[in-house]
Amino acid sequence: MTLIDLANPTRFLALTARALPWLVATTAILLAIGLYQSAMAPDDYQQGATVKIMFIHVPNAWLSMFVWAVMSLAALGTLVWRHPLADVAAKAAAPIGAAFTFLALVTGSLWGRPMWGTYWEWDARLTSVLILFLMYLGLIALWRAVEDPSRAARAAAVLTLVGALNLPIIKFSVDWWNTLHQPASVMRMGGPTLDRAFLIPLLVMALAFSLLFITLHLAAMRNEILRRRVRAMQMIQAQAGKPQA
Amino acid sequence: MTALLALIRRDIRIALRVGGGALIGVLFFLTVVVLMPFAMGPDLALLARLGPAILWLGALLASLLTLDRLFTADHDDGALDLITMSRTPLELSCAAKALAHWLAAGLPLVIATPILGLLLNLDAGATAAVALTLLAGTPALTFTGMIGAALAVTLHRGGLLLAVLVLPLSIPVLIFGVAASEAAIAGPSSFGAPFSILCALSLFGLVVGPLAAAASLRQGLD
Repeated sequence: MTLIDLANPTRFLALTARALPWLVATTAILLAIGLYQSAMAPDDYQQGATVKIMFIHVPNAWLSMFVWAVMSLAALGTLVWRHPLADVAAKAAAPIGAAFTFLALVTGSLWGRPMWGTYWEWDARLTSVLILFLMYLGLIALWRAVEDPSRAARAAAVLTLVGALNLPIIKFSVDWWNTLHQPASVMRMGGPTLDRAFLIPLLVMALAFSLLFITLHLAAMRNEILRRRVRAMQMIQAQAGKPQA
Repeated sequence: MTALLALIRRDIRIALRVGGGALIGVLFFLTVVVLMPFAMGPDLALLARLGPAILWLGALLASLLTLDRLFTADHDDGALDLITMSRTPLELSCAAKALAHWLAAGLPLVIATPILGLLLNLDAGATAAVALTLLAGTPALTFTGMIGAALAVTLHRGGLLLAVLVLPLSIPVLIFGVAASEAAIAGPSSFGAPFSILCALSLFGLVVGPLAAAASLRQGLD
């Protein structure tokens, strides 16, 4: 089975119809395990119970970047191979990615309030995630602005790739700007220094969130395909209905 | 080569002669700078401290304002189709159009900077530093803006969308432009590093901007 086999929307719909119940079940089980482990994880000696926000916050932040990478691959599929499902995949991923980014910002700000004493800090990471969120919204606005789906797909693909090139530059320049304006005042939680009691629930949650993204993405792609079919049928009907009217 | 030169000459001539020309951008730049003291109070010391940031913001907004002229008029009268169909690669034509646009709309902003620096109580050295960073940085604004202009050219309500798409991409230019100006004026940090990165951003834009703009024009026009 290759990517080409998936190019047929009907076959894609049939395949995902069979796969989705399993994906939903696995996601639900993993999320339940991850949430239980997170709840059972010990309190941090410094941060107390608020450290548990991490188990939601970090997977969201990872996915916010992962989804843009998925969209960039889909954009290549649109521009280079003209894969018929690539633009459906890119379009369906954008709102999900924006939602993950938004949740990362909200949970981060809720975590920041008890820890740093403020909801918002112009910290380098927070700032670059906020810019990522703005770019997601701009991309969604571009999708909405063009009526013809295939033309919208190609415009959005160009913007997605430009964004993928620019995001590292923005990240780097925000880091530079941040070190210039204020010394590092924010606690850091380095990955490898994390205790095993926190690391395992975090990895389970990350896996669960990734599966959640795949499930939501496949479901959104199905909806998009069906929406296009409805649109095509409505147009056929409108054309057929014209002579009688 | 002659085709590109002719394209540049034509674009500059149109920009200078039609619709107030390059001066509209400068006028907008002046107006933004004049508005600042009303918002922040006429405290000369404060204005001098924020001067580089104000000048950079004004230049950023002014170059954003003129961006929709880059392709829209040519799209409306059909010249863009001719440019797309000509034997010159579309990427080179896009680069030539961006260069002409920068000469007609970006360079006047740099030239106007010394006068606006006087209004903001900047001394000669500071004004020169800001003008130099604008000279190095405004091409990057034009090149990244061109991508947005090419994406928005086929849309009817492109104006606001253009700003939303382009402004996040221009954040690095703003950061390094202001950082270099402030380093030259007061800072203990060096002027060279942010200024070199600013030049690098412009060169990077020169490569990526025309490619992406040509790609989206080719996709969008058919």
